[in-house]
Formats: sequence, structure tokens, C-alpha cells
Amino acid sequence: MLSALLVMAGIAIVLGAVLGYAAIKFRVEGNPLVDKIDAVLPQTQCGQCSYPGCKPYATAIAAGEADINRCPPGGEEGIQKLADLLGVDFKPFGGDTNAPKPKSVAIIDESTCIGCTLCIQACPVDAIVGAAKQMHTVIASECTGCELCIAPCPVDCIVMLPIEEKISNWKWKYPVYTLNAVETDRAAEAALQRTNGRAPG
Amino acid sequence: MRKLFHFHGGIHPPSNKTQSTQTAITSAPLPTKLTIPFHQHAGETAKPVVKVGDHVLKGQLIGMPDGFVSSAVHASTSGTIAAIDMQLIAHPSGLPNLCATLIPDGKDEWVTLNPVDYRSHSVAELQQLLRMAGVVGLGGAAFPSDVKLRIGKQKIKTLILNGAECEPYITCDDMLMRERAAEIVQGAEILRFMLDADEVLYGVEDNKPEAIAALQQAITASKSAQQNKSHEVIAIPTIYPGGSAKQLIRVLTGLEVPSGKLPTDIGVQCFNVATAYTVHRALAHGEPLLSRVVTITGNVRKAQNYEVLIGVPINELVALSVALSDTNGYIMGGPMMGVPLHAMNAPGPAVQVPVVKATNCVIAASAKLFPPPQPALPCIRCTRCVEVCPADLQPQDLYWFAQSKEFGRAQAFSLFDCIECGACSYVCPSHIPLVQYYRFAKSEIRAREYDKLLADQARERHDYREHRIEREKREKAEKLAAKEKAAQAAKLAAQPLTPQQQTEQAELAARREHIREVAQSAVEHPEG
Repeated sequence: MLSALLVMAGIAIVLGAVLGYAAIKFRVEGNPLVDKIDAVLPQTQCGQCSYPGCKPYATAIAAGEADINRCPPGGEEGIQKLADLLGVDFKPFGGDTNAPKPKSVAIIDESTCIGCTLCIQACPVDAIVGAAKQMHTVIASECTGCELCIAPCPVDCIVMLPIEEKISNWKWKYPVYTLNAVETDRAAEAALQRTNGRAPG
Repeated sequence: MRKLFHFHGGIHPPSNKTQSTQTAITSAPLPTKLTIPFHQHAGETAKPVVKVGDHVLKGQLIGMPDGFVSSAVHASTSGTIAAIDMQLIAHPSGLPNLCATLIPDGKDEWVTLNPVDYRSHSVAELQQLLRMAGVVGLGGAAFPSDVKLRIGKQKIKTLILNGAECEPYITCDDMLMRERAAEIVQGAEILRFMLDADEVLYGVEDNKPEAIAALQQAITASKSAQQNKSHEVIAIPTIYPGGSAKQLIRVLTGLEVPSGKLPTDIGVQCFNVATAYTVHRALAHGEPLLSRVVTITGNVRKAQNYEVLIGVPINELVALSVALSDTNGYIMGGPMMGVPLHAMNAPGPAVQVPVVKATNCVIAASAKLFPPPQPALPCIRCTRCVEVCPADLQPQDLYWFAQSKEFGRAQAFSLFDCIECGACSYVCPSHIPLVQYYRFAKSEIRAREYDKLLADQARERHDYREHRIEREKREKAEKLAAKEKAAQAAKLAAQPLTPQQQTEQAELAARREHIREVAQSAVEHPEG
């Protein structure tokens, strides 16, 4: 009886030690689900979801606090990807979120800019360069189109320009072909009857 | 006799080549205006280095290569740059691109040419010369040749000269091989030298016996080629798309280029015969790529090959061959893979777009030659497309995935191995425009991958910014703390000492004095 108890207790202690060691050794830093959600989000860092960036929104989705349909730059496709990832149903945009807009970049009217650096501080991806009392400019290739620089500008010299289609970013379109209605015997008969002023039948 | 191999599938469309091989290559007259696009090659657009109003000479650099995969652009004749702006070019999008408009002065005055002997230059120097001469692949893809010659540590065993010209109607390579075989062979020898290849194989379809004979004769006559005894002309069976690089490699060597790999990975490199000719002109004569041979054929009175300057408007060129009255549009390239130009110039067939380095053929189309496509019917899964696919794919599955926008599965079914040859569409009994679905899926996948790349960069920049703000905050706090500490210490020092502290300090000083004395005595009387 005693030996059995000792053996069981021994096994429990050994296994407990192994598990305890594994918990320390193979500990996962952070929440992997947050990173997966963050990878799907468009990284505009625009805050239109009411969270201060893509990562906080991802954290909120992972915690079940936020809906998946709050990211306008991601579009419906983004919602679909989140739905697939999380195993939930697709939800259309709705409520207080903005409608998706075509992708744009910010352009600073350099002759109007007074060099106040407010937009530089507002840019979440450091895409605006310039110094105090010097003209600022947007690095177009780094701009995510988040519009966060527009509100702080005291002279309203920043505009959003939609990215226009050029040969370098042109995409082949989905093949769409017009279908021409072919007159079948029955349709021809019906048309004939109509012109003769008689009811079909 | 060399053993030849087969690739899977292929089709035999009517070749329609004899119409344009009756007359020799003729030089097209100088037009009144040339439109030279700065983006005629795969890769980055060349940077304009001339201004509006500049007078340029024939062969003068007007576009500087910008980026690794890029090529130079030159003035095709002497004249004045009238404009540098967006003009329509031959592109399926119908969108304009940056072009220089050149008004010729009629003198055709050359810049000073610097011919070089390739044997006295390093390979890197030759690559740079070809890049600055604007030499690109003339088979249709216009990939910069210097980039194809920049191989890493791989050993190139076989250099293949592609003279297959498998697409119907096109005969520009055929005529070039018949008339200028000697220069092609010399160009091939330069390419062989640069790649340090063991053998040079000329793959020519067996429907061009004159070209094969001319090449063989040129090789026998050429001294350097004979020294090497490494050049060999091989007649390959006529089957479309036998002129596609991967398929030609398969036929000549039996090797298959693995999915996602390049021919150089299996020790083979492939160049078009016209590219070899241009390489020879660029090095041995110092002439940059200013003109090329273009086949004008189809619904014209006199189908023929012309030597055409880059930038000549296609309508002026077709006018030389006199298009018949029922012409309803033009195709740049062949009927299988070419770009239809009528879609871009909807009212009437007035084609204003210029000839570029990739223009190998212009076909005048008529309703009789190319009847309008029949309406597409549902896929019946007959798998005739599978039987003809030269890339060994499952076109009907790819069509299904592209149609339902399941791009991940399309990629898993090797969508990117599709060479867009159009053999599947050609045999499809339901007249489904299969290639257009694949092109749509490919460009959609590329766009998504690019967006993903941008998103990852934005995330990195955002994370770094957060990190920087955090660090600045911490540094500020640390600085503040240090400042406060220093202020406190200064305050302490300024305060007067109490009598108790004074006695303590005096005692400490006395003790230190005593210790010093003891130590001194021990040094002075070590024996005591």
C-alpha cells in the first residue's frame, strides 16, 4: 500500500517537474492569434476602426471585444479573410464605420506648407520628411493613405489623391463577355403573337 | 544526328508564313515623326536624359537605364525632340506611357561609334556595353540581355539560339537568318564567350530549310566558330509553341526547367537569333539597338519584312504594304499571343502606336482572317486543353480556380508555369478565353503579393516608430531623473555642517593621517 503510494507520488513529482520545465522552456511570447490577425490587416494604421492602430485592433479582435467588420481599408475581402481565419460568419460593413475608399496617397502642397511639423508627428509610418520651418513632403511609396496628417495641418495644404491606373500597376480584368440574346423558336412565336395583337396560348 | 526530345502537347495551327517570305527585307523609309517610348523592355522605365527642343544625333542616348532590370533608349535617327510626354503605346491596357517625340531632320547623322573587340574586354564590361546599347531580347518579351548574361556561379553548358519562330504569320527571324546568318553566328559566338558555354545549339523549326542552310553555311565560313567546333544547327519539328524557351530547351537537351527555376539553374541559357544579331551590331559596330525587322502581313496586298526604326508609327508602316479595304484592326505580334491594337483605337483602324523593340510582327486583321470569337459556353471538362498544354498543366482546373477567384489553389496548381501560349483556348470546343482567365489570376496574385509587401513594410515602420517614441520617452525620463539627482547633491553640498558632523569629519581626517604615518614608517624601516 505504502510503496504504491510512494510510486504514484514519485511519478507525480517527476511529471510535474517535466511539465513545469516545459512551461518555462517552450513558453510562447505574446498571443500568436493577434499576430495572425495583424498579418491580415492592411497596416494602414489609420484608426478608422476606433483603435489606435492595426495591432491594437487585432488584439481587440483576438480578445473578442471588437467586430471583424471595422476595417474600411481592408475592404470586404479583408473581412472575408478575418472570417476565414477566425471561423466566424462574414459580416458586411455597417454601423459607424466608414465605407471603403479607393487607395490614395497624401500630397503636400509644398508652396503652402509652413513647416509646422504637425503632420510629421501625426504620420504613423514616418512617411513625411521635413524639418521645422522647412517645407515637408510625403514619400509616396511609404504612404498608407491613412489621412491622419490631414486634420492636424493648420493651413490645409494636404490632399488625398487616389492612386491612378498606370501601366506599372495595371491589372488584367476579369474576362466579361456580352451575351447576345438569340431568338429561339418560342420567343419568335411569342413576338409574332404580340404583333398580331393576340394573347399567347 | 542528334537525338531530339518532345514536350507535352502542342498544336498545329495553319502557319501562313509563305506570304511574307517572297521578298527580301526592305528598309522602311524615314517617317515624319518618331515616337520612342522610354519603357520598351521588361523592368524599370528608362530615365529621360534629353530636354524638349534638344537636337539629337542618330544613336544618341535619350533614356538612361534606371534600376537593375532596365535598358537604355536611343534616338533612332537625327532630329529634334519635340515633346516628352505620355503617349499611347502598344499595351493591352490601352494606357499611355512616357515617350519622346522625335522630328527627324532627314540627315540620319550618326553619333561617333565605338566598335570594340569583345575578346579584349572583361565580361562585366561587355555587359555594361550591352546595357548602354539598349540590347533586349527581340523574341517578344524584351527582357534586358545584360541581365540574362549576369549569371552567378552556375556553369552554362549549352547556349541555345532560338530561331524556332513557332507562331503563325511571323517570319522576321526566318528572313534575318536567311539574309544575315553570318552576323547571327558572330553574335552567338560573343554570347558563348560571355557565358563560357561549351556548345551553341541553333534551334530552327524544320519549316525553314533556307534559314537552316544559311546558318550552316555561315558556321562553316566563320573562322572563330570553326575553331571551337561548338556551333550546331538543329532542325526541330514544327509544332506550336516549340519556340517557347522552356519547350525549346526540352526539345534540344531533354532537360526540363523545374517550376520556379531559371534555365541557368540547369546550365542552359537561351537567346533569340535576332538578339544575337543585335549583340554583334552593338559590340563589333558600336551601334545601339535602333531598328529591327518587322513582318507586315495578314490582310495586306504585299506581305513583307521591313527593317524598321524604333518609334515608327504602325499605321505608316502598314501603309507600305497597303492594307486591304476590309481591314478591321491590327495585331502586334502573332495571332496566338499578340496584342490586338483595334481595341485601343476603337474608331477606325488608325493605329498611332509606335514600333518598339518587342514588335516582331504586325498583322492586319479582317473578319475573314480572324472571325470574331464565338460566345463562350460552359466548360464540359473534355480535357482537350490538358492534351495540348505544353507546360503539363491542368488548364480546366486553373480555369475553374481563376473563375471562382480561388487564387491560392490556382497557385498550388502551378498557375505561374503557364506560358500563356493560347494552345488551350485554340482547342477549347466551348470557345472559353482560357488564357485571359489565367492572365487575370496572375496579375491579381501579383498585385496581392505586392500589397502584402507594402503592408509588411508599413508594419515595420510603424513598429519602429512606436519603439522610437518609447525610447525617446524613456531617455527623457532618465535625463530628468539624472538632473534632479545632481540638483539634490548640489543642494546637500551647499548646506552648512552641524557641530556633530564637524567633529565626525575631524575624527575621520585624523584617522586617515594616522594610517598614512603607519604605512610610511613600514616602508622606511622594513626590518622593524
